[in-house]
This record gives sequence, structure tokens and C-alpha cells, in this order.
Amino acid sequence: MSTEMETLVNREYKHGWVTDIEQDTLAPGLTEETVRFISAKKEEPQWLLDWRLKAYRRWLEMDEPTWPNVHYPKIDYQALAYYSSPKTMKPLGSLDEVDPKLLETYEKLGIPLSEQKLLAGVAVDAIFDSVSVGTTFKAALAKEGVIFCSFGEAVKEHPELVQKYLGSVVPASDNYFAALNSAVFSDGSFVYIPKGVRCPMELSTYFRINAANTGQFERTLIIAEEGAYVSYLEGCTAPKRDENQLHAAVVELIAMDDATIKYSTVQNWYAGDENGVGGIYNFVTKRGRAGNRAKISWTQVETGSAITWKYPSVILQGDDSIGEFYSVAVANGMQQADTGTKMIHIGRNTKSTIVSKGISAGRGQNSYRGQVKILPKAHGARNYTQCDSMLIGNACGAHTFPYIDVQNSSSDVEHEASTSKIGEDQMFYCRARGLNTEHAISLIVNGFCKEVFRELPMEFALEAQKLLGISLEGSVG
Amino acid sequence: MTTVAPIAPTEQPGVAAFAALAAHAEGPEWLMARRAAAAAHFAEVGVPSSRNEEWRFTPVSGIATTAWTAPGVSPAVSAEEVAALRLSEGPLAVLIDGRFAPDLSALPAEIGAKSLQAAIDSGDAVVRQYLGTVAPPEMTPFSALSLATFTDGVVLHIAANTTLDAPLEIMHLTTSAADGALVAPRVLVTAGQNARGAVVEQFVSLADTLHFSNAVTELVLGEESWVEHIRVQREGERAWHIGFTHADQARASHYRGFALSLGAKLCRHNIHARLGGEQVETLMYGLYLTRNEQLADTHSAIFHDQPNSNSWEVYKGVLADKSRAVFNGKVFVQPIAQKTDAKQTNRNLLLSDTARVDTKPQLEIFADDVKCTHGATVGRLNDEQRYYLQTRGIGGRTAQELLIWAFAAEVLTEVTVSRIRAGIETIVRVRLDEMLG
Repeated sequence: MSTEMETLVNREYKHGWVTDIEQDTLAPGLTEETVRFISAKKEEPQWLLDWRLKAYRRWLEMDEPTWPNVHYPKIDYQALAYYSSPKTMKPLGSLDEVDPKLLETYEKLGIPLSEQKLLAGVAVDAIFDSVSVGTTFKAALAKEGVIFCSFGEAVKEHPELVQKYLGSVVPASDNYFAALNSAVFSDGSFVYIPKGVRCPMELSTYFRINAANTGQFERTLIIAEEGAYVSYLEGCTAPKRDENQLHAAVVELIAMDDATIKYSTVQNWYAGDENGVGGIYNFVTKRGRAGNRAKISWTQVETGSAITWKYPSVILQGDDSIGEFYSVAVANGMQQADTGTKMIHIGRNTKSTIVSKGISAGRGQNSYRGQVKILPKAHGARNYTQCDSMLIGNACGAHTFPYIDVQNSSSDVEHEASTSKIGEDQMFYCRARGLNTEHAISLIVNGFCKEVFRELPMEFALEAQKLLGISLEGSVG
Repeated sequence: MTTVAPIAPTEQPGVAAFAALAAHAEGPEWLMARRAAAAAHFAEVGVPSSRNEEWRFTPVSGIATTAWTAPGVSPAVSAEEVAALRLSEGPLAVLIDGRFAPDLSALPAEIGAKSLQAAIDSGDAVVRQYLGTVAPPEMTPFSALSLATFTDGVVLHIAANTTLDAPLEIMHLTTSAADGALVAPRVLVTAGQNARGAVVEQFVSLADTLHFSNAVTELVLGEESWVEHIRVQREGERAWHIGFTHADQARASHYRGFALSLGAKLCRHNIHARLGGEQVETLMYGLYLTRNEQLADTHSAIFHDQPNSNSWEVYKGVLADKSRAVFNGKVFVQPIAQKTDAKQTNRNLLLSDTARVDTKPQLEIFADDVKCTHGATVGRLNDEQRYYLQTRGIGGRTAQELLIWAFAAEVLTEVTVSRIRAGIETIVRVRLDEMLG
């Protein structure tokens, strides 16, 4: 590895600073009281408190999963704080009232919450730690009948929708982390697109984890009524901390008949330093349910987090429904990623496509874990899976665990996987044409990932390419 | 997939019965020590439940709930009966209900084969070196059980720089005496440097008994050796069959495995190869044909421990009725194993709407300069291909047969000994004919 490369590898995490705002943080520990406190703090109705408590009691009976191909010291759930919100809690009339320090934070991240974003035509519901602090473009969306607000607000304003759909795709008892999230979730986003409406703009949320030692537990619920369309973007960056932070989110998507939901994620949580100290534990449950002729498409670019454990899934319940999963996952340094998808084919003529690109570098371990399940009544189901790995250096690892379960004969399932490297000849070719090492790698890796980037909305695709470049700088010497 | 709660090893009636069988096992001191360690290991792990990832889709709890006995006194088997089942004409070793039958066997002294018991009794140092160490008890619960309880088997040593003129055929036959019994044969094949040879193992039930075959085959391939290993499992459809094949390969050796599975109620075959040197070549081919409520499970593991070696694996399956197939192919590439070229394919053809396939091609790669691919498909006969044939006057069943045959032939042609290949093709044709009804 050249020295130039060494410098690049060892470059510090760009987004690693801490915003100094006084936080209203609950003392560490998790008991029934914690759940009650969170619920009370958020002025929630009784049914939601009951739901949380039920989830909490279920969680107590569950064991932390050990099957993922990731290794980390045991998490002490009693040492975490479960609630943290910026002190400035007076209702905000406009962005001018937002704490300037917060705005500064977003600016450093390059999220133009104000003018720039308005011009860009993106409504941003920014989550700072646990409480949503600013929502724009509400009026434009309201005109179409679209509801886009923080989860807490939705509970207050649209309790009937929340009560109907909360936990309907990811039940509280689904898995250990989903149960934990159901008990203590703090905030998140809520989207409702009425029948036949095409959401006039891409909806976007940036999540940030700020206070040290707080877990972030968002809950996102997106409902697209019959024939509706929405594209939702989620981006994550986190400042540098030395202790591992837990992030256990739940995302539920409901696509009614003929509806389309496109969900894109760029995840760049802090990955820890070169020795694996610090970094985010990203244990996320994401799942969508598709009605007749509905389509759910997940696109993710996962470059951050010390540990990623995430399987965005689609339950293809309706006939002719479509599920898609496009993923780029990078594990560099000491990162570990165990990610993939589940496509559960229940309806007839359901189709799913999986394209997964895993990149391992440094001492990173990247696992693809997927399941394609064709149930007996899913006649004429079709799945195509392509799962490619790229290894950079020989201290990293690439693993694939695809489960294919076919229970009728009228379905076709294809799975292909390959492993490759950045060839010396490829590098030589690029260098000979005047590209430096960094550009050459970026070019080759972006080529490797282009099938996934193509699925991202424009500005996200650009950001993703840059992120990927930064994540992998110096991996090839 | 319903999960069956694991039965604690001590509560499994089968485990107690196995312990009793192990207590009757005999051998010299070194072997007894190995048997005891294996028995202790098995007592600890027991028969796996579906919570064990390796056994998730293959329910073997029925093995644990049965108190298996040792086979009774076997009825006489005629040489004609054996001859009718043979796939080759050369040297022959016959085991009846797991016990070596010298009268039916034909092992010329010069080929270096004898019964495992005879080899142990004669103080064979090679057997002592490898028995139970190539496929150690920790690998699967059943390899431990095998070492603890095996009754007899066959040993073949192919000396350095020699070629076995004709393949050695090993017939594992079970009779009515095997009803309710554990049949536990073991085979050990060693090939010296630059040695060449082929071994055919057949598992056949002469009576339709409910028995449990637990067979282990260990192969040790010396440098530059060439070994072809053909395994044909066509036991009765009430039997449980658990097989384990493990090949240890030294530099520049070539291992060529072919496994046909069409018998047993439940068949599980673990096939492992350890590529312990450079320029090693490992080929694994397999075909499973299942019907009724049969389950055929193949778990392969290819360990690329050294650089510059190749592995190639193709397993195909045809499933009818309510049968099931499970495939799990693992390829491990160690950091040092640069320039590895590994390719793995599993293709399944479903003939009925109630058949089910669970396939999991798995790669674990720790080296960067490698070419590793895997592919898996599950589907039915191609409508367009059928239509094409129909337009040329080939319709219905003939077209079906032709297409299925073409599907299976890709692996069948990989058996290099033509006489054996022809025999296997006949077996497959007969079974396909039955499956299509």
C-alpha cells in the first residue's frame, strides 16, 4: 500500500463532531418505568402505552439473536439511555426559531434544511436525536392530502391511522430488536398517501445520533393507499463517539393494491476507528407488505456503522405484486455487515428481484444473507437474485448465505453469485490513462455498483458515489 | 417450517441405545480410545434438532426416538443376487448388514484391499493413522456415532505410483436382519503419491426394512494422485440413510466424486473436501431423484486451504410427488488461498406442485484474488422447449422424458468409467420411468 493511500485510509471520519446542546436525557436503564416515562413525555394515549408495555414484556422473554455473522461484546441494555431530546422544546413556527447550533450541524453535513433544499424541491423532516425539529413543505403536501410528519405528531393528529397500521407488518414480537424498539421508540416519520395520489416530491429524512450513550429507536410508518405512489429517502450520519451506540429502528411499509413505495437509504453512521473502537450498532428491521399489483422497492447504500444487521424485506401478499432489493454494502476497517433481504411470495405471479453488491476491504467482514420463499399457492412466482462480492486485500471476508425455499413447481428461481477483485490490469489500464489510484478505484467500484446506484434518486446517487469513494479510499495499494 | 424443540441428548431413547451399541464395540487400545472419545462427543451433542442450522430443513428426530439395535443374524445372500446388482466387474467387497462377507467378496491380494476388521487386526499403521482422523467425530454428530459404533468396513490402499486396473466395488447390502437396526460401515481409501484408482460404493436394501444406515467414507489423496469415488444410494424407501464422505487432498491431487441418491425415506449426505495443497483439483457431481415423501439432502463443504487450486461442483435434482430436497454447498477460501477458482451449481427440477426445494449455496471467502461463483435454480420443465419438441412431433411423455434426461445427463456424463456410467444411466432411466408414472 502506497503512503498516499495510507493517508487516505487513515483519514478521520469527516462528520465526527459533537453539537454542544444541553440535552434532556433520561438516566440510563430500562424498566417498565422507562417505557411509561417515554410515553408520558410524548403525551401518548393509553392504547399506545399499553402496546409499548406489551412489547416490553415480550422483549424481556426474548433472547438476543446469535445467528448473524457478526461479533461484538455483549450489550448492556441497562447502561443505555432511552430518551434524549434537545432542550428547546417550544413549538416552532418557522425555521428561524430552530436552535442555530442545530442548523449549523445540518449545514456541516451538507443538508440544506432551509433555502437550498426548498429550491431543490425536497421536503425534509430532520430528526435530531429523538425529536423531530423541523418539517418543511407541509403545506404543499397537505394540498394533495399527503401526511408527512413526525411519528409523535401522527399519534396526536391521526391516531386512527397509527393504531390501525402500527405493528401490522413488523409485529412487536417479531424479533429481539423490533420488540425493544416497540417498547422504547422515541420518534420517527409518518407518511400517508391517499388513494390515487402521486406524492408531488421525494420525501426525505435525515437521522442523526448526537448524545453519547443514547440508543436511537426510530419508528417509520409509510402507508400508500390504492394506486398511490411515494418515493422516500432516508440518510444517516452520526458524529464521532468512542462508545458504541445502539440504533434499533423499525420501518413498516404498507402498499395497498396498485400502490408503489420506493424506499432509499444512504447509511453513513460512524463506523468506529481503525481498531474497531466506537461506531454504531445498526440493528434494523425493515419490512413492507404489498397488495395486488403493488410494488415495493428497497434501495440501500450501507457504508457506515460498526455493525450492520438489516434485512429489508417484502411480503408479496397480493397477486402480481413486485418486490425489489438493490443494495451496496461496504465493510472496511473493522466493520461487520450482515445484510440482505427476504422475499416472501404468497400471491400468484409475484415477482422479486435482488441485486446485492458487497464490498469488503481492510479487515471488514461482509455477509449477504437472503431468503427467497415461494409458498405453495404462489403459482407462477419469479425471482432473480444476483449477489456479487468484491474483496480488496486479504484480511477481509465475504460471505453469502442465500436461503432458497421453493414449494411449488410453477415458479422459477434463479440465484447467481460471484466474487471478484480490483484487478491489477484494470488499475494499470486506468493509471496508464492518467487517472490516479484514488480515481481509478472509485471508477471501478462505481462500475461494480452501478446497477444499484441507478435505482437511487439523482442527488442521492451522487452522494452515495462520494460516500463510497471516501469509505474505500486507500484500500488498494 | 415448524421448529421442533430440541430433545436433550440424555432424553433421547436413541442416544441410550447408541451408547449400548458403542459399549459393545471392539478393537485394540488405540481404537477404543478413539471410540470412547467419539461416544462421549455424541452423548454430549445427541441427534440434532431443526434448531441446529445444519439440520434446519432435515428432520432427523425420528432417529433419536428409536431404540436402534445391532443387526440380527443375516440370511444367506447368493453370489447371483450380488452380481445382478453390480455396476462393475473387477474386485469386489461385500458387506451384509455392515459386516464383511468374505465368501461373496473377491479381493485379489495385489490390489491392497481388505476388510477394515482384518486391517485393524493386522496392526495396519495406515489405518491407525487415518481412521477417524480424516473425518473426525466433531465434524457431524453422525460421524462421531460412526466411529463409536462401526462394526466393519473396507480398507483400500493404492500404493504410490500404481494404478488400479479396475475399480473396486463396495456393496453395502442390508437384509431382513437389519430391521430396526443401526448399520454402520466405514470405508477408508488411501492413495499414495502418483497413485490412480476408482472406487464405487453402492448401498442397496435386499429387504424393505426400517433401518438406519450411518456410513462414513474417508479418502486420503497423496500428492499427484487421482481418485474417482462413485456413490450410489438406492436403499429401500423406509430406511434412514446418513452418509459422510470426506476427502483430504495433498498437492496436485485430483478428486472426482459422483453421488447418486434415489433411495431411503430420508437421505443426508455430507461431502467434504479439504484442499490442503496447491494445484489441487476437486470435482463433485451429484444427482438426486426423489418421489413420494422422500427427502434427499446434500451438504457439501469445500475447504480451500492453499492457493492455486480449483473446485467445481454441480448437483442436480429431479423431484416428484410430495418429496423434498435440501442442498447446502459451502465453499471456504482461506486468506492464503489466493488464485482459487471455485464454481458451484445446484439446479432443481420440480415435477409436482407439492414438491419442495430448500437450497442454500454458501460462500465464505477471505482471500481477494479469487474467482468464486455459485448459482442455484429451481424451476419446472421449460414450456418453450416442450412446445419446440411438440412442433416436431415429439409430445407428451416422450418430450418430458427427453428434457429430464437432458437435464440429468450433464452430471451423468461425468462418471469416467464407461461401464459404471452405463449401469448408473440404466438405474436412473428406470427410476425416471417410475416417477413419470
